[in-house]
Amino acid sequence: MKYLFLLNTADDGPPGDPASPEYAELYAQYGKALAAMQEAGVLLDCAPLTGWSSATTVRVRDGETILTDGPAAEIKEQCGGYTLLECADLDEALRWAAMIPAAWTGSVEVRTVINTQAPQPPR
Amino acid sequence: MLRAHWWAAVASVTRMVGDLAVAEDAVQEACLAALVQWPGDGTPADPRGWLIGVARHKALDVVRREARRGAKEAAAMRELYPDPSSSHSSESSQRGESSESYESSETGLGGGADDELGLILMCCHPALAPEAQVALTLRCVCGLSTAAIAGAFLIPEPTMAKRLTRARNKIRDAGIRLRRPASEADLADRLAAVLRVVYLVFTEGHKASAGAVLVRGELCDAAIRLARGLSALLPDEPEVTGLLALLLLTDARRAARTGPGGELVLLADQDRSKWDAAMVADGERLLTGALRAGRPGPYQLHAAIAACHSTSPDAEGTDWRQIAALYGELIRYEPTPVVEANRAIAVAMAEGPAAGLVILDAVGHHPQLRRWPQLHVARADLLARLGRTEEAAAAYRAALELDPTAAERDFITRRLAALGHR
Repeated sequence: MKYLFLLNTADDGPPGDPASPEYAELYAQYGKALAAMQEAGVLLDCAPLTGWSSATTVRVRDGETILTDGPAAEIKEQCGGYTLLECADLDEALRWAAMIPAAWTGSVEVRTVINTQAPQPPR
Repeated sequence: MLRAHWWAAVASVTRMVGDLAVAEDAVQEACLAALVQWPGDGTPADPRGWLIGVARHKALDVVRREARRGAKEAAAMRELYPDPSSSHSSESSQRGESSESYESSETGLGGGADDELGLILMCCHPALAPEAQVALTLRCVCGLSTAAIAGAFLIPEPTMAKRLTRARNKIRDAGIRLRRPASEADLADRLAAVLRVVYLVFTEGHKASAGAVLVRGELCDAAIRLARGLSALLPDEPEVTGLLALLLLTDARRAARTGPGGELVLLADQDRSKWDAAMVADGERLLTGALRAGRPGPYQLHAAIAACHSTSPDAEGTDWRQIAALYGELIRYEPTPVVEANRAIAVAMAEGPAAGLVILDAVGHHPQLRRWPQLHVARADLLARLGRTEEAAAAYRAALELDPTAAERDFITRRLAALGHR
């Protein structure tokens, strides 16, 4: 099964000062988790996202497109990145999720990807 | 009789088709078929094997139908997103998945015990909400009907049905599988969650948290069946045996716990000749065996405390010093104000109300305890024994304000009346 981890943190965009030792430490921890996933052959894709203040939320109601500047819901934590894994079951996915630094200070929401055929990008 | 095979049957079919909801429906249908056929044809020599066989056939039919529908859906998707290369690979991987689960079913016939353990671990998976774990365990492992579970928890049946459906869907969609946990440490954690659910079912039945009826026997019975089943699956886990002993020792008092009008009768006032002697003996034997393993835990300690009561001919003769010591041990596993309050009561019995009151007042300011009517009742009891009648009455009234169950309310009111207060 494909599992999508939504990495929720309180930070608006990548956290802290890139020159600081805390930043380096955090990224080392992310690197460690991702390397372990790659080693285990479960990692399909991952990326951080730009700050949630740069989000645009789209809603179409009665044929009209309504845009909102910002994320869909105003909550303390917002999705700041994602990880896409191929795991045998939820237990395996949850073990990986607990390794991701976002889970230590924020949260990681684990969702299953429905196995269907999305349109492929033109080659 | 059919219920005795429910757990094994649902486990076996879930293992085969990988879908709890399909398995549950299939076993339900197989049971209905048995109710129709067995009275005429006679009970088969291997009733469990018969049920599992019929249920497997029915489940396979459903899965094949679904697979055909799945193929139709895939075809519809191809219409929507015409891309031959991607659709082909995905479809074949899906087919691979299902054929794998059929193979394991054919070779995995001997894995009955593993599957049964797997099923209860699945129902008590920590990714499910606690109330969903309880409902699912009662339905899928115990075989209680949705209506019976709803009735036991005083919840409208459609609400309970929705809770069960949501839990089954989560198991399917999130990919919770019938599988032994990856490591022994994981198994220990998951087992602790299972024991918690069983204990919760029992306490809910033993002292109903809401409603007018004090004891809901069907929940106590279900919890004991679960504990017996677990202890058969894991005979070398002293905490599992300890839990079963605890439930038996506690449930043995059922007939003595309520008076003729359904009112609560305290342990001290119970007619001990009404205790179920066979159940007590069974519980004590199991506890002794569990303690011999030398791996103590909270359920064994709770059971040891219950055994202190059951071995005493009357309340006065109870070894309260031993009980106070056991609660002292229990705090290491359950550092909660409730355990400390129980220790205070035991100390009061062993050394006098004043000594107990000191401990009780020390924990009584905990916000969790202040909302607990039993704390105020215990305080009131000690104050009354110390002759501090006014303070005792105030404490009983504080308990009444915390919305106790009907039977408790009745009990407190009688206590107040005995103090000369209303």
